[in-house]
This record gives sequence, C-alpha cells and structure tokens, in this order.
Amino acid sequence: MYLKNVLGATSALALTAAATAAFAQDTTITIATVNNGDMIRMQGLTDAFTEAHPDIALEWVTLEENVLRQNVTTDIAQGGGQYDVITIGTYEVPIWGEREWLVPLTDMGDDFAADDLLPAIAGGLTVDGNLMASPFYGESSMVMYRTDLMDAAGLEMPDAPSWEFIREAAIAMTDRDNDIYGVCLRGKPGWGENMAFLTAMSNSFGARWFDEDWTPQFDTQEWADTLNFYLDLMNEAGPPGAANNGFNENLALFQQGQCGMWIDATVAASFVTNPDESEVADSVGFALAPDNGLGRRGNWLWAWSLAIPASSDAPEAAKTFIAWATGPGYLELVAENEGWANVPPGTRTSLYENPAYLEAAPFAEMTLASINEADPQNPTVDPVPYVGVQFVAIPEFQGIGTQVGQIFSSALAGQISAEEALEQAQAFVTEEMDAAGY
Amino acid sequence: MARAVPTQRRITLSVVAWVIALLIFFPILWTILTSFKTEAEAVADPPLFLNFAWTLENYAVVQERSDYLRYLWNSIAIAGGSTLLGLIIAVPAAWSMAFVPGKRTKDILLWMLSTKMLPAVGVLYPIRLILINLGLLDTKFALIFILTLINLPIIVWMLYTYFREIPGEILEAARMDGATLWSEIAHVLTPMAVPGIASTVLLNIILAWNEAFWTLTLTTVDAAPLTAFIASYSSPEGLFYAKLSAASTMAIAPILIMGWFSQKQLVRGLTFGAVK
Repeated sequence: MYLKNVLGATSALALTAAATAAFAQDTTITIATVNNGDMIRMQGLTDAFTEAHPDIALEWVTLEENVLRQNVTTDIAQGGGQYDVITIGTYEVPIWGEREWLVPLTDMGDDFAADDLLPAIAGGLTVDGNLMASPFYGESSMVMYRTDLMDAAGLEMPDAPSWEFIREAAIAMTDRDNDIYGVCLRGKPGWGENMAFLTAMSNSFGARWFDEDWTPQFDTQEWADTLNFYLDLMNEAGPPGAANNGFNENLALFQQGQCGMWIDATVAASFVTNPDESEVADSVGFALAPDNGLGRRGNWLWAWSLAIPASSDAPEAAKTFIAWATGPGYLELVAENEGWANVPPGTRTSLYENPAYLEAAPFAEMTLASINEADPQNPTVDPVPYVGVQFVAIPEFQGIGTQVGQIFSSALAGQISAEEALEQAQAFVTEEMDAAGY
Repeated sequence: MARAVPTQRRITLSVVAWVIALLIFFPILWTILTSFKTEAEAVADPPLFLNFAWTLENYAVVQERSDYLRYLWNSIAIAGGSTLLGLIIAVPAAWSMAFVPGKRTKDILLWMLSTKMLPAVGVLYPIRLILINLGLLDTKFALIFILTLINLPIIVWMLYTYFREIPGEILEAARMDGATLWSEIAHVLTPMAVPGIASTVLLNIILAWNEAFWTLTLTTVDAAPLTAFIASYSSPEGLFYAKLSAASTMAIAPILIMGWFSQKQLVRGLTFGAVK
C-alpha cells in the first residue's frame, strides 16, 4: 500500500513537472523581419532572451522588404494572425496606427526607458500620443565623401554644405578617364529608392508633393528646380547607367572608390568605413545633407521598428520581446558580443552620450545631427497636409511614388526631358488622387 | 533512310547549340561562382570570373543561420505532393478527353488553359481568407492543393497530347479481352504512356519547386519551402550577394541534379508527338 502511494505521488510529481516543462515553452511568437546586418545580428543574440524568458519561444521569418510589406499588410487586413511581432518602417506606422491595426506599446516596463528614445524618431512612431512601434534602428541621410579626392580638388567640405557646393565639388572630383565620378545618387525607380532621395531633396528646394488641399504640385517652379538640378548634376558628374542605381549599387561603387560623394542613408557609414568591405575605408568624411538656405535640408528620416499586429494572439509575450530587443540593455549586449561599432544606431539618446560608442563610431555625431535635422511633422518649407519627410504617409503613396519614380528615372536615362517628366507626374498623380477621393 | 548532314553544317549547328546553351546557363553559373566569393569580390569591378580566393564561408553562414533541411523537406513535400495529386486527377481526365471525347471536350480544354491567364494576385485575398477560416494557412496541405490546381491544366494538356498518340484500337482490344476500365487505364494505357507521364511529372515538379508567389504569400514558418529560404537572403540595404548566391545555389541544386539525370526523358517527353 505504502509503495503504491509512493509510486502514485512520484507519478503525479513527474506529470506535474512534465506539464510545467510543456507550459514553459507554451508561448511561441513569430517575428517577421527584413534581411539586414542589424536584424541578423539580433537573431544570433536571441539565446540571451530565451534564457531570461524560458516560457517564450521565438520563430523567425526573414523576408525581402517588399514581400514582407505585402505579407504583413495582407495578414493584418485579414486578421490572419500569422505574426506576433512585425518589422515596419516610419511610413506604415502612422497609417496602420490610425486604423488600429497595431497594439499600442504601453506598459513596457521600467527597463525599456521610453524617455530615452530619440524624440525625432519616437515622434514618427507615435499616433495619438501612443507609441505604436519601437525603433530597432534609426537612420537619416547625409553626405559621405572621399577626403582624399576633396583635398586633391583643393576644396574643403563644410559640415553643412549647400547644393551649389555639392555641384562644384562633384564636377571638380570627376575624372571619367579613371572611373571616378563626383557624385553617386539613387536613380533606380521606386518609392523607397529614387523617390526617397528626390522627395527629401525637393524639401530643401521648397517643393512639396501636395498643397494643403491635396493638389499635386509637380507643376511648380520648385519641382522644376529640383529635377533640373538633379538631372544636370548626374549628367555632369554621375556614373554611367545611374538610372539603375539604388542603395546597394551606389554602396558598391563607393566602396570600390568610384564615387567622390554619396548622399544616402546614414546606416551606410558603417559599411564604407569597414576596412574588410571598403577600399576607401580610411578616407571617408561625413557632412549634413545639403540645403538651399530655405530652412530645410535634403535629409530623410527612417526607422525600422518592431510592432505588434492587432491580430496577434500573444501580445504580452510580443511586448516582452520588443522591450528586450529595443531596450537599452540590448545595445549593451551587442557591444559586449560584437563591439560598440556594431550597435544598432539612431534610436536612443543615451547611446550618443556614451564615450565608448562615440569613439568606436566616427560617424555617430553626424548621424545624430542628421536625425535631429529631420522633422516628419513639418517636412517642407510651405505647410503640407501630410506626415513624412521622404514619403507621404497615405496608403496611395506606394503606388504613386513608384510610378513617379519610374517617370523621373526615365528622365535620368535620357528618354524624356525634365519638363515632360514633371507634366506626366502631375497628370498621373492628379488622376490617382482624384480617383482616391482626395 | 536518314539524310546525311554535311560535316560543316553539323559543326556549325553544334557550335550554335553550345553558344545558346551557355548563354542560357550563364546566370546559373554566375550565381554558383558568386557563392564561392567574399561579399567584396561579389561586387568587384571588373567582375572576377575564376581568379578569386575561393571560399566556403557563405555556405557555412547560410547553414548556421537557416534550417536548410526543413525548407528542403517542405519543397519536396509540396512539389511531390502536388504532382501526385495532379496525376491522380489528370490521368482519368486526359483518358476521357482523348478516348471518349464529347461535344465540348475542345472547349473544356481551352477553358482549362485559359485559367492559366488569370493573374494570381487577383485571387490572393479570397484564397487567403478561405485558408484562414479553415485553419490551413501556413500548411503544406494548402500549398499542395493550390499548386495542384494551378498546374492541373498543364498536366491534363500534356497527358491528353500523349494519350492521343496511342491507338484507340489497343484499348478496344483490351476491352474485348474483358479488361475493366481500371485495368485498361492501369495496365494498358499507363505502361504505354510512361515516357509522357514521366516528362509530365518532371515538368510539374520543376514548376512546383520554382513557384514563388503562392509559396511566399501563404507560408510563414511551418510550410515555408526553399523559395522562402532564398527570399530571406535578399536585402535592399547591404551587400549580401555572395550569401544570397549560396542560398540560391543550395535551393536549386536538388532540382538541377534531378534535371541533369532525367534530361533525356524530359526532352523525349516534351518533343513527343511534335514531329509527325
């Protein structure tokens, strides 16, 4: 009888332990993300999270940016519940947040230190006073230039150059016989490719996509000045075939020493200064994106951020993960494992007050200055009814931005003139916005 | 008697064939070569053909980062499953159309083909909603079913073409000998149509293996095949071409090897009935 009781008790204990173990891995969250260095690094460091939270298991889905955007949009709109944490940008957050597609990130815990987030970045991710996504890394755009070529041209890059200086320097640095081009800029069509650059550039020329009544503005002098300047600059000092060049193509050209200047995402600074990847790593300088003296610079603002779709069935576990992945503790974890230079940039004030980071990342101060220069709520010289520096945060923008990008890319390829491109853009955007009921 | 082909003409034709073959194969060759380069060598200008420091590092990184075997198994299950299910439906369908055609058989065949002209994205939302409601999103079963439907017109058409080459009298003779419908299809028709069925199977596996729209939009983790494996290495911000090439090479290797060993069968099947 005694033995029977002991066996019974042991079995009950074993069953309880097994049930506890099963419960310990009860919550699995699926994280949809994009393929870039910082995100991949995070995947490699998640053992630290699962050790601290044995009750939460992580599943990763890494997709190309546009596929991810399409899948996540479809999933949220249909309530599919495939993802618990999604990686989205500053473009999606205001639109999806307003539609209540995202879970507000409140009660993230003291360790999360929400007040430490950079105000410019947090502002772009806040809807009705609630943080709807937490930034994983933030970026602006700036001028990256070859100090040796600048010296050889007898010029000195100011910290805050004008577009006229950029043109002068680009022409001076161009040496076509030796495959060196003064400036490399995006030309590949796409709302996130050439139109990110051109929209940000147009802000500094006083142009805007729409006036306060949502009337397209491509027929204005400001847009004519923007596009003509861009085309002239690229024709005079740009690389051949620039209409096919996006971020990656220009990165390759710059790293191989073929660009005097490159105006693009601040995140590129860590690539072009890495001696393992870049042939010009020891001769790169940084400056703010150019302006025209009108009070706006041609730099953008973007943050890849983690958010929880309203369709998630594990929002609390997802919140725990986001608080870990975007909290200050994660930055220290990366620094411990991979050094301060590899810490995801552009999200927290404390990072830019950390002497170890400032020493390891020579581009840190210029990155912060560029981020602080951007104002997504007031991106243009004249007032606009939309939010967004290099995009217009309305659902229609992906379509019209890409179409206008194709028209401007055709102008860069020499197939149509700047005047024709602006006429086509104005007609197309007017038609689309009318159809959308604006 | 076979017509003699002059030597000069034969050499010219051979050279032209090799040039065309190399042109078609070059992107695959370049992907394979890039997979053995460093990221810096992958984007070097001028491009490096063979004179680079060969490395297996990209394969090691891909292997470490991704569960390749899980993706591979999903691809095998989805491609194999959809082909098998397709054959089970298509063999009887093609038999009836080839040997007992009705008044509307031609119309049905053309209608089946016309469904291939429908843009897939047009039915994405309804299909996703159905799968969500049935709890079948991100399952291999759902993809097997959908890919079967997508490739069914091609399977039926191919089998129909092969079956029509088989004299109906042989089947009639089998029937006179007392064969049932099942034995007629299983023991008389199928053995004679093996080359056609084999090439249909091969082509369908290739189509299902390479299908990227549905496999990317209807899967996340559990049913994600090799197309999702490749997509996870595409990056708009960062030069990861060498790793992407390694992932692509690993994804196409099984189908490339299968195609290599079965090329005679495939060509024979695809050209069957083309020359009369």
